[in-house]
Amino acid sequence: MSLTLEQVKRIAHLARIETSDAEALTTQGHLNGIFQLIEQMQAVDTRGVEPMAHAQDVGQRLRRDEVTEGDRRAAYQAVAPEIEAGLYLVPKVIE
Amino acid sequence: MINASLKELSQALLGKKISSVELATLFLDRIERLNPVINAFVTVDREKSLAMAAAADARIATGTAGPLTGIPIAQKDIFCAEGWRTTCGSKMLANFVSPYDATVIRKMHAEAGLVSLGKTNMDEFAMGSSNETSFFGPVRNPWDTERVPGGSSGGSAAAVAARLVPAATGTDTGGSIRQPAALCNLTGLKPTYGVVSRYGMIAFASSLDQGGPMAASAEDCALLLNTMTGFDERDSTSLERPVEDYSRDLDKPLDGLRIGLPREFFGEGCDAGVMAAVRAAIAEYEKLGATTVEVSLPNSHLSVPAYYVIAPAEASSNLSRFDGVRYGYRAPDYGNLDDMYMKSRAQGFGAEVKRRILIGAYVLSHGYYDAYYLQAQRIRRLIANDFAEAFRHCDVIMGPTSPSTAFRLGEKAADPVQMYLSDIYTIAVNLAGLPGMSIPCGFVGGLPVGLQMIGNYFAEGRLLNVAHRYQQATDWHRRRAAIE
Repeated sequence: MSLTLEQVKRIAHLARIETSDAEALTTQGHLNGIFQLIEQMQAVDTRGVEPMAHAQDVGQRLRRDEVTEGDRRAAYQAVAPEIEAGLYLVPKVIE
Repeated sequence: MINASLKELSQALLGKKISSVELATLFLDRIERLNPVINAFVTVDREKSLAMAAAADARIATGTAGPLTGIPIAQKDIFCAEGWRTTCGSKMLANFVSPYDATVIRKMHAEAGLVSLGKTNMDEFAMGSSNETSFFGPVRNPWDTERVPGGSSGGSAAAVAARLVPAATGTDTGGSIRQPAALCNLTGLKPTYGVVSRYGMIAFASSLDQGGPMAASAEDCALLLNTMTGFDERDSTSLERPVEDYSRDLDKPLDGLRIGLPREFFGEGCDAGVMAAVRAAIAEYEKLGATTVEVSLPNSHLSVPAYYVIAPAEASSNLSRFDGVRYGYRAPDYGNLDDMYMKSRAQGFGAEVKRRILIGAYVLSHGYYDAYYLQAQRIRRLIANDFAEAFRHCDVIMGPTSPSTAFRLGEKAADPVQMYLSDIYTIAVNLAGLPGMSIPCGFVGGLPVGLQMIGNYFAEGRLLNVAHRYQQATDWHRRRAAIE
């Protein structure tokens, strides 16, 4: 299989990465090379094989619903691009 | 002192032959002199390191020091360290000063008393096998500065190989500890998945990522691993296991050791010189009392294809957090919110990271999930089953770490697929979640060759023992790059 230029642009949009036409063209070539490698998988009969998500098949660990972390909001917000009054600033989304 | 083992450094510190501050100064001066050539460190903070060293000296003076207190180390820049710039090799995090410590960092600093001399260069978000995808420029291999050190833990490998620091941390998602260790003549260990906490280790592919030590010998790695492992409730995949002393079995004789040689690792596709060095190492093991048995990993040729579905899928999900809102790079000019995301991510990520995000977004998208992602996870199971079958016949699997010695800068940079294939022997180990090591086993044309050893789950102690006995009988790991 190979990806069309339109598909490359569509997944770039899904991934929220701005991509120029020239970049999309180069990316298309690279991605198709990689998918050629990936295609080897399709020849394998995996019927009846359970998908393996993790090396150790252990269940999700749960903890008690209790506060365990202190308030570090100021420290965490200090690394934000733009904040005001404890809020993260982004362009207006509701007029 | 520059070439001393961790045990020797510890004896010198505890015996008051040298102070931690003096030791840190010695290596910091060396970094200042040689790093402009090697580019192994992206951040050095002399003041902070010397303060840590002074605290270590105080612990030594009051008799509260541990076995590694006061010893200098370097941290791969994927580990968040409070107050330290933590970049992950990316423009996205070029100005990110971490507000918290990764668990590995906390254990090394607060518990063990190791002294961090800085953060090491790496492929951007650990995506690469040559350290050429770093926003901070390529790292040069101390054995030949026109060649790559491997990756993604290339800065850590080059730093230790050039003796800018006695040891370093690395992380391994598809070979990122073992391959650079092989290319730089180091000993590196990727533990069983779940043994070292991933908390604060910037996520690439969460079901594969695992931190581990990189140093000059198996003995050094065992001592370092002792400081890194342990259950961590902050990592949901951390395993609850009793604490182990990984150096306890180092000296155990190897009589009766059964070495499995997968026929798929000894076929075509590997450099002849590398193969000869690996075979010579196996012959040495036979002298040490081991026997060999041929085993098969029939699905190993599928490990690279399956990996390049699973790892990008997880990466595309993990890296969605970089949106220019809470931390990291934000584009200077943008229109609406969507435009801010699109431009911040387009400008903040490099080409290889974008490629992998796009692969991941595609294989997870509607209509392709079953054909790619689930198929890759089924193949992952087949690969793990192959190893389980092989370990019925042997105690440890051996083969080459990398199909070639260090390649030239730029040699594989234009073709992603060629670059991906340089991890052909290491990736299956991550997919199965097994522990793996690389140890020095010879040279081809003046460039180091690594022997890969793969153990069964939780066999780190055994692997370190097998590596250590070889290092008692050979001196490949003591050879140093001639860089001054």
